[in-house]
Amino acid sequence: MGSSEPTSCETIPITVEFSGGLEMLFSNKAKHAVAVPSIDPVTNSPFNIGHLIRHLVDNLITDDRTDLFVLDDHLRPGILVLINDADWELEGEEEYEIQSGDAILFVSTLHGG
Amino acid sequence: MAQDGSLLTKKKISKEKEILAGADKKRRIVDFTGSTGQRYLRTCFIQIFEDEVHHTITSSQLFHPGEKVAIGASGGKDSTVLASVLKTLNERHGYGLDLVLLSIDEGIKGYRDDSLETVKRNAAQYEMPLKVVGYDELYGWTMDQVVETIGKKGNCTYCGVFRRQALDRGAKMLGIKHVVTGHNADDVAETVLMNLLRGDMARLSRSTSIVTGDDRSEVKRSKPLKYSYEKEIVLYAHHKKLDYFSTECIYSPEAFRGSARSLIKQLERVRPSAILDIVRSGEDMARLVPGESASSCACKGQKAPVPAISEDDIAGCGSQSGGAPGGEMAAMDKQLRENEEHAGLEIDVTKKIFENRQGGKGTLKEIPTRSGNPASKGSNGPRQVLGNCKRCGYMSSQDICQACTLLEGLNKNRPQIQL
Repeated sequence: MGSSEPTSCETIPITVEFSGGLEMLFSNKAKHAVAVPSIDPVTNSPFNIGHLIRHLVDNLITDDRTDLFVLDDHLRPGILVLINDADWELEGEEEYEIQSGDAILFVSTLHGG
Repeated sequence: MAQDGSLLTKKKISKEKEILAGADKKRRIVDFTGSTGQRYLRTCFIQIFEDEVHHTITSSQLFHPGEKVAIGASGGKDSTVLASVLKTLNERHGYGLDLVLLSIDEGIKGYRDDSLETVKRNAAQYEMPLKVVGYDELYGWTMDQVVETIGKKGNCTYCGVFRRQALDRGAKMLGIKHVVTGHNADDVAETVLMNLLRGDMARLSRSTSIVTGDDRSEVKRSKPLKYSYEKEIVLYAHHKKLDYFSTECIYSPEAFRGSARSLIKQLERVRPSAILDIVRSGEDMARLVPGESASSCACKGQKAPVPAISEDDIAGCGSQSGGAPGGEMAAMDKQLRENEEHAGLEIDVTKKIFENRQGGKGTLKEIPTRSGNPASKGSNGPRQVLGNCKRCGYMSSQDICQACTLLEGLNKNRPQIQL
């Protein structure tokens, strides 16, 4: 994400957090300050959670086992997403357009208990 | 009484509708952001979750006042949430329970030693005494040594058999006759699916019971979170900021359960209620199995002939088996076949009874109706007598208990390995 080039679109700062074991895939760190483009360069549409997931796979993940995070270009089933502490199901899931200062939390439910 | 599950499910769904009315969502989770809604709804979610567990506990009469109860605690999310909820409910509703944390140390470096630290912190936070029982002291083997000897393949079977006994023995050391475990609705649904895929209706029916074991077995087991979605458990832990441990067991990636788990999670994405639907289907199917007590309610005193190994204990360690969905079924099929090889190791008394009753014929002639009471109908069948293992003295339906059988194999292999 350090590679936020000064293209046409500006970037917005957000916080991305991983827990429930997912932090292992992201340099063993739970909280990441991330700058994302306000407009997705590929689709030229406002940057949403779907774009963010791809962005994280391209830029932030440090573990080779990306399939523990995404399957078939979508978030792996069994991972919860909280957008500012609200279930993403209430916010339109992948369609939710990211706002400056958003806190996005990914929690794996897949680990034993 | 056996309807508990379905009633609760219905109740849940109607509750969800109330909560999410207007939000046009079939399913819960509850935390709206912004303005005034946030705090109210978060509290609301926590309250509802606790109320539902309370409902499960009271409607199934899981506990009696003054009962000493051991919480099987792994440090993971489920058992941590269970400990937290039970402490809360015990105080709120005056259950009068004496709660103790009971942990098993399987002897897995880099996994269990870390998670035990979490349990120790929980013990302090919840002001509960903690008892840790190790495989090494009970069996003379740690799982690290087992895996060194037999490899990773099939090691979950060993771990599961050992853990079951270890929890019982730990409870006995504490003079406790009731162990609660953190198995949730997703776990039960997985077990139902796995047994369905194996065609093992007897075990399927047993796996849906909220209580296993009865007066004759020394320690009974129950799962108060049986109707709680895993998703809710994770959210509950998140909102209550519970301290839990979430690292995958380093030996579990090959577990069959992992494939069933992935399948369930995929189903849940498409149909959120699928999980409780499977649990309910399992309960309904249980009623069709002759001689099985299908009740999900403890009040009638279940007669599980022998507390056979339930799948729950074999691999409660949910594993992520990677790979594309297309590979899942292939992987599951492979696991099924491997699992059949392991099946010889498992005690399955009820299945035998079931087969005997069919007079050796493969076809079922009489299909019990739902309205019938299968428990009273077919209870004259020969039941295996619960005795004690000749080697370790632990209760067993066979001369030598499963753990001792596995240990015998291990001990034979030890010299080779040490050379």
